[in-house]
Amino acid sequence: MTTATENTHTDDHHDDGHHEHHIPPGIKRWLYTTNHKDIGTLYLWFAFIMFLIGGAMAMVIRAELFQPGLQIVDPNFFNQMTTVHGLIMVFGAVMPAFTGLANWLVPMMIGAPDMALPRMNNWSFWILPFAFLILLSSLFMEGGGPAFGWTFYAPLSTTYSNDGTALFVFAVHIMGASSIMGAINVIVTIFNMRAPGMTWMKMPLFVWTWLITAFLLIAVMPVLAGAVTMVLTDKFFGTSFFDAAGGGDPVMFQHIFWFFGHPEVYIMILPAFGIISQIIPTFARKPLFGYASMVYATASIALLSFIVWAHHMFTTGMPVAAELFFMFATMLISVPTGVKVFNWVATMWRGSMTFEVPMLFAIAFIVLFTIGGLSGLMLAIVPVDFQYHDTYFVVAHFHYVLVTGAIFSIMAAVYYWLPKWTGKMFHIGLAKWHFWCSLVSVNVLFFPMHFVGLAGMPRRIPDYALQFADFNKWISIGGFAFGLSQLIFLALLIKACKKQGEPVSAQVWEGAEGLEWEIPSPAPYHSFETPPVVK
Amino acid sequence: MKRILFKVGTMLTALMTAPVFAETNDQIEQYQLNMTKGVTDISAGVYDMHMLMFIICVVIGAGVFIAMFISMYFHRKSRGAKPANFHENVQVEIAWTVIPFIILIVMAIPAMNLLIDMEDASEPDVTVLVTGSQWKWHYKYMDNDVEYYSKMATQAEQISGKLAKGKNYLLEVDRPLVIPTGKKVRFLITSDDVIHAWWVPDFAVKQDANPGFINDAWAMVNEPGVYRGQCAELCGKDHGFMPIVVVAKEPAEYDKWISEQQAIQDQAKAEEQRLLAMNMTMEESMAIGEKVYNANCAACHMPNGEGLPGVFPALKGSQIALEDQPKHIDVLINGVTGTAMQAYAKQLTMSEIAAVVTYERNAWGNNTGDLVQAKDINSAMNGQ
Amino acid sequence: MNSPSSQSKNNKMVVKLLAIVVGMFGFGFALVPLYDVLCDALGINGKTSDVAAVYESVEIDESRLITVDFITRSNTGMPWEFRAETRQVKVHPGQLNQVDFYVRNPAKTAIVGQAVPSVSPGPAAIYMNKTECFCFEQQTLQAGEELLMPMQFYVDPQLPEDITYFTVQYTLYNVTASADVVAMN
Repeated sequence: MTTATENTHTDDHHDDGHHEHHIPPGIKRWLYTTNHKDIGTLYLWFAFIMFLIGGAMAMVIRAELFQPGLQIVDPNFFNQMTTVHGLIMVFGAVMPAFTGLANWLVPMMIGAPDMALPRMNNWSFWILPFAFLILLSSLFMEGGGPAFGWTFYAPLSTTYSNDGTALFVFAVHIMGASSIMGAINVIVTIFNMRAPGMTWMKMPLFVWTWLITAFLLIAVMPVLAGAVTMVLTDKFFGTSFFDAAGGGDPVMFQHIFWFFGHPEVYIMILPAFGIISQIIPTFARKPLFGYASMVYATASIALLSFIVWAHHMFTTGMPVAAELFFMFATMLISVPTGVKVFNWVATMWRGSMTFEVPMLFAIAFIVLFTIGGLSGLMLAIVPVDFQYHDTYFVVAHFHYVLVTGAIFSIMAAVYYWLPKWTGKMFHIGLAKWHFWCSLVSVNVLFFPMHFVGLAGMPRRIPDYALQFADFNKWISIGGFAFGLSQLIFLALLIKACKKQGEPVSAQVWEGAEGLEWEIPSPAPYHSFETPPVVK
Repeated sequence: MKRILFKVGTMLTALMTAPVFAETNDQIEQYQLNMTKGVTDISAGVYDMHMLMFIICVVIGAGVFIAMFISMYFHRKSRGAKPANFHENVQVEIAWTVIPFIILIVMAIPAMNLLIDMEDASEPDVTVLVTGSQWKWHYKYMDNDVEYYSKMATQAEQISGKLAKGKNYLLEVDRPLVIPTGKKVRFLITSDDVIHAWWVPDFAVKQDANPGFINDAWAMVNEPGVYRGQCAELCGKDHGFMPIVVVAKEPAEYDKWISEQQAIQDQAKAEEQRLLAMNMTMEESMAIGEKVYNANCAACHMPNGEGLPGVFPALKGSQIALEDQPKHIDVLINGVTGTAMQAYAKQLTMSEIAAVVTYERNAWGNNTGDLVQAKDINSAMNGQ
Repeated sequence: MNSPSSQSKNNKMVVKLLAIVVGMFGFGFALVPLYDVLCDALGINGKTSDVAAVYESVEIDESRLITVDFITRSNTGMPWEFRAETRQVKVHPGQLNQVDFYVRNPAKTAIVGQAVPSVSPGPAAIYMNKTECFCFEQQTLQAGEELLMPMQFYVDPQLPEDITYFTVQYTLYNVTASADVVAMN
């Protein structure tokens, strides 16, 4: 794509009355900010803190599972850890990190001065910390926090849960509201604020994937809100949506939950596809292969995601016909996903590649996400899924897709755009340590999970039979190493925020193309106040 | 009195637990990498399907990775590679959409046939109703009047590390399910409280136990042996501690076993009726009660009777345990709807229930001095 | 940039998107009746209809004999004795049959019970037509009361050829607590 800005913006370029005001000092700047870059930074730091908290919970889980027997925590607390770990990583780490990236990048990529709805943007971020304070505080209440898995299957989460469930429901409602506001903002921004000449099929793929993700969000987050509301009324107000005694059906909960849950999976991976599609062409110095088919593939994945939900429920006793339908539909999703992987490889093919840190993460993403995708294809096959379902094989699968998929893509994105945000190159030595330590440890952590899963270890258990002992030791060691590796990332980010490092040019990376690389580094507080013209 | 109870107890345990402990296997296999082939035709089919899928996935993955690493090696800037400028190729793009699609269809057809066989539970030779509850299984043979609970047999001391862990740590039960070999056994699966899942990897059977609904699954086991599995759906605190053990016996042995069980069950019932007339002393009652309590109640109400605040109620100092004796007995017999508190009428004998009620009313400083007898339980149960 | 025209354009779009959000929230709840409709139509999860069927001039298919098993369970918290007087019946599709169920309340208080049916294999459920069933409504038994509850049904001759055998389970729940709430209202 070729683009050109009409005029160059500089820091002191304040000709627009709307943005004449000064940045308030201290905490007020962050509390009252409506600037997309500030809000993006808030989102990203929030996500990183949540990633560390959720990670600490994973460390508790792995410490307990280091050897057979119960050593550290009791089973009830273990269940709270697995539940809250899942909730925090999904709603607190991955989703806010993507929203943060969208805030920073979407306006810069489409040549807009800010998000379309800046005040709502402020709200959608600032309600998030409260949601997670509520969720985390429930851990310290009598009876403890939610202990029914992040999927909160009824009736374990209704009749058989403790009163802390009300806090869980409230927290999920707030998270949902935040995501919905964020999604509305992204959609309106992309529809209404594109620079002249920025046609649909010229938009960078990150913008495309986020647009589609945002539509998924507003379609399914309300369904989740409905599901938790039903849990709440079943538990506290005597309804029987999921209670057989009152004419309800506990399996219906799973249908409603996964109607949200499966598109949710794509909410967590489509922006990752966008990020990788930005990074690979830069470092291959070659335009993205099959731009149009990438867009169509993303859209078809999103559409198909609405008709595959019951593949999470093959063992609930569905009729054969339904099982077959969901099996075929699920397998079908692998076609557009495959197209994406093939396109990335074709982009690299006959390029002129260099391997800077963002590229390292992007390549690791393609390899490891493909492994996760292929195990997902295996899981789609109903008769075999009877053996895989609810074992560590599934745990391995979704961690390959979410950790080495979504989270690696977020790290790739941070390394890719961090110099643009701070104006300084990050500490490359630390970044390489971070990459290689993470890459090795994450595979020690998750790869053996395939084996214990196939050998018959169920998920969500605090203790296991002796034949799983040796692999679990390795898995835990990998887990601790992966956890520690993230501290390198923390150190690097602190250095970057202190603006240490070599100054970088506007383009930063030799092969980078797109509007965000045409404004100076660091990106000025207000950019594109006069829209650029895209040729 | 004590002696009689003891004798009945040992006789029952000896008969019920014999098959599990009689079994000796070779060493525990560490580092098992792959799925079990299992012992039924279906599980072998599942294994083959799994391997087919695995190989296809490895081939696809290898193809992608090889192409990627070739270009990473040859098309790198440091080797002086100049970037080409192609960015689309309609033929190639159509090819890699259509070919995977064909591969998928090739995979789906055998999967479909296998699935249809798996789901055909018609015309069984033996039917067993499997009921999950927090955290044990109940088996009921529909063609005979035999039914019993099956609980994990691993001692708490092994879990806490005070005792060495046995070979079948966490995968052993007090009374396994016994089924005949070479016969089609149909499992009807349901639940008393939350959702559980009954999973025996060797049979490739995993079915959710949904409260209020029944699911079915079946297995025709080819080899006699002991097969172990676990609950596979998060069902609360002790989800990790509700194993499944199935013993497959030759049909003749199975027939013998089932008629023995019937006789034992009848005998136990008769014995229970006889014991109704007898009274236990406070001392006997407390001793038996403590044992029963630790085996059945301590997991939730804790050995010190203090429960888990906010999750499982304390018995120590509770109003029911101190004052409302009829309610106390009713809770033991019928359980409490919508809680983990189960109905123990079928799980324990009347004298055991009487002893545990006595224990709970007198232990941990609940010094009510109440002594409950089996006949009190009987009258509460049968409304006489 | 944030000119009045683009403001109103944004606002219009926000309203539209919020309408989708509200609609999808409603759709979440609409899934409940939708699910029941699908269950009735497809027999998902082995649910049988909770409305009495009408038996009139159904052709009896003498060529097929279907085995129907009955299982009874009293769930936790339900002290009733509950059993089917006939454990198994063999019926021709289209033929009207009656099976009696025995219940007794051994407790010292009145108890309200609700029986919940479930059929396995699930697809058979929609062919199990009940003209009369105790499960259609809640049952109240006084202390010590016993009762023989009839259940009349016929198997729809449309039953697929491959189903020759199915099981009907009734689970009895103690609904005294919620029944009181209803009575109070």
